[in-house]
Amino acid sequence: MEQTQYEKYYVPEQSWWPIVGAVALFLIAVGAGLTVIEISNDESGFSKYILFGGLAILLVMIIGWFRDQINESMSGLYSAQLGRSYRQGMAWFIFSEVMFFAGFFGALFYARVISIPWLGGASNNAMTNEVLWPTFEAVWPLLSTPGGTETQAMGWFGLPLINTLILVVSSVTLHFAHVGVEQNKRQQIVVWLAITIGLGLIFLALQGYEYYYAYDTLGLTLQSGVYGNTFFLLTGFHGLHVTLGAIILIVLFGRILKGHFTPDEHFAFQAGSWYWHFVDVVWLMLFFFVYIL
Amino acid sequence: MSTITDTAGNTNEHDHHDDHHHGAPKGIMRWLLTTNHKDIGTLYLWFAFIMFLVGGAMAMVIRAELFQPGLQIVDPNFFNQMTTVHGLIMVFGAVMPAFTGLANWLVPMMIGAPDMALPRMNNWSFWILPFAFLILLASLFMEGGGPSFGWTFYAPLSTTYSSDSTALFVFSVHIMGISSIMGAINVIVTIINMRAPGMTLMKMPMFVWTWLITAFLLIAVMPVLAAAVTMVLTDKYFGTDFFNAAGGGDPVMFQHIFWFFGHPEVYIMILPAFGIISHIIPTFSRKKLFGYASMVYATASIALLSFVVWAHHMFTTGMPVGAELFFMVATMLISVPTGVKVFNWVATMWQGSMTFEIPMLFAISFIVLFTIGGLSGLMLAITPVDFQYHDTYFVVAHFHYVLVTGAVFSIMAAVYYWLPKWTGKMFDIRLAKWHFWCSLVSVNVLFFPMHFVGLAGMPRRIPDYALQFADFNQWISIGGFAFGLSQLIFLALVIKACRKQGEPVTDQVWDGAEGLEWEIPSPAPYHTFDTPPVVR
Repeated sequence: MEQTQYEKYYVPEQSWWPIVGAVALFLIAVGAGLTVIEISNDESGFSKYILFGGLAILLVMIIGWFRDQINESMSGLYSAQLGRSYRQGMAWFIFSEVMFFAGFFGALFYARVISIPWLGGASNNAMTNEVLWPTFEAVWPLLSTPGGTETQAMGWFGLPLINTLILVVSSVTLHFAHVGVEQNKRQQIVVWLAITIGLGLIFLALQGYEYYYAYDTLGLTLQSGVYGNTFFLLTGFHGLHVTLGAIILIVLFGRILKGHFTPDEHFAFQAGSWYWHFVDVVWLMLFFFVYIL
Repeated sequence: MSTITDTAGNTNEHDHHDDHHHGAPKGIMRWLLTTNHKDIGTLYLWFAFIMFLVGGAMAMVIRAELFQPGLQIVDPNFFNQMTTVHGLIMVFGAVMPAFTGLANWLVPMMIGAPDMALPRMNNWSFWILPFAFLILLASLFMEGGGPSFGWTFYAPLSTTYSSDSTALFVFSVHIMGISSIMGAINVIVTIINMRAPGMTLMKMPMFVWTWLITAFLLIAVMPVLAAAVTMVLTDKYFGTDFFNAAGGGDPVMFQHIFWFFGHPEVYIMILPAFGIISHIIPTFSRKKLFGYASMVYATASIALLSFVVWAHHMFTTGMPVGAELFFMVATMLISVPTGVKVFNWVATMWQGSMTFEIPMLFAISFIVLFTIGGLSGLMLAITPVDFQYHDTYFVVAHFHYVLVTGAVFSIMAAVYYWLPKWTGKMFDIRLAKWHFWCSLVSVNVLFFPMHFVGLAGMPRRIPDYALQFADFNQWISIGGFAFGLSQLIFLALVIKACRKQGEPVTDQVWDGAEGLEWEIPSPAPYHTFDTPPVVR
């Protein structure tokens, strides 16, 4: 505590980026909302350009904001206290992401444990089954919905298992890169980080192929009842997070090549690494509850 | 309670940022680009007040329609849009931003921090809010109208039967959620990481404690709301069946997910109020807060229990009896820590040298009227009788007592309590008295008779009602108009205060006020602490 008492607080200057980011989110929300409405009405309008414009501004904002942060950090403006603030902020952000996935896992569990058995007459719902869909059979995966949509299930062996191994290995290789940062072994960082990024991209490619296989061969689509709904929303949001994580790792790779990060100060690397481990854990949950069980 | 020793003395020569000491920049850019917690707090509070008036205007439309039985002024679809958007605005646009604004202003001053931990993100989390509500309000003018499914947007009202504009509702809620999560992360990191040396957790002021726990609740449940609206979006526009039994889903599942967010949400809107009252009551009783530690533990217990009570909103959905009993008992358990709090406030006043300045008047009416809302909540928690009360005006009376005479009164108490610290001038006490007494009388004329019509069976969210409810509804509407007009007095008072009219105040402002924020000058300087004060 003796140290922190005399440490100067760092309060950043005014910045344009937050208001630019607010405008970007506004355009994205308006553009996305109107685009969705147009698609559902089979209209073609200009709303998607609002969406693209918003995304472009958001991209500019992210690049600009991070560039400012990196420059300030590299010029030694930041204090140890600020580093702790960033780490805690990142940890709480990941917690919020956990709760976002918890919402969809909750829907999966509810459908499997409650709504489908009840539609089949479980608990005190014999008449629900009798009156609504007397021929309905409560099984999981739900291959035949009460409304009559048919599909095939995605097995866990084969591609999903390979993808699981890829992500688990990528978490380990990223850890080796992280150790490299802590020991300032640049060669080790570059090699392991490159392998991690490669594994992440292979995962995404295989996931893309799995979606193609689901739609093309299994007839498993987003509209295939609650099994397809939970499958695609859970794996889809996970895939988006892997994409984001891979972009973060690529940016970190570029910074490593420029000689950034020291054993003492590498918040960005730590945050990116936490994020990657987080998407890895989410995948393990997914693999267990969506594919195997 | 605590004293400041300034350790800045010999550190100024290391100052890399002399420009920080020059006070506020001028012009509109000050507000658009600011990273200052006080500026952002002011923005939040003004935004919340404007939204309070907008949402209040919608309540006036509702009360005008309900002044007489029969359809009088607006058509039922528009009436539904008014009830929906009134609720959304008051929850996400008025009460929550007002508390966030107070947290921005007060938390750094109370814990001896120079600013929030992440000042630029702080600016971002504010400025996305006006855009979110611009989208929500604009959707009212679209073909087919805006959201009309109630602020709880139950499926299938929000999926199968909703208007085209629902996608805009979904994305505006997403932005509100992003704003709340970023705001909460900022508060929690500030409190955990930025406390001055010596400010241990169990020395923290109650407002800081309640906001720490509130921020945790926000980060835990706002993402679940995001998941819920996302499923509404895909159900309505992309052919999923999460909330459709024909696809193996369940409309009741929506209610489970929504209320898993929704019940912690109602504590998000009341815990900071508990913190505010725990500051005001000791000041004007000239005693220390009775049972500080038990207040902290009670707040934490309420927050934890809030995760296991959500289905008391759903007693009539046909859950198994075991679940109904569990949620009834868990809900009633919450009255224990809440009772501890009310007891402690009363015990703080006991044998105190009490005076009744404006903040104290609001705080005492908070205790009485919030307790009425709490007791009607206990009635609603009893499963068998809830079958009778569910979706009646009794529920409306209950949650308006806890939210208007609870949360909103606490916000007004807080504004009156800290406004002199912010502006350096005492507000217009004559106007404040008018505001208090007009509000107190009219709010009870407005909400108390709702208990009677509710118990007699008048359903909520319906633009028409049976003839026997006519007299009470006229009283309710008159109370509503009077309460709405009373807030214009508050508007006039706050404008006067912002123009720095009034008598200058001392640093301590109130005789008996304790805490770091009362030891810095009035008005509080643009940047409060350059280096941490030492708290003893």
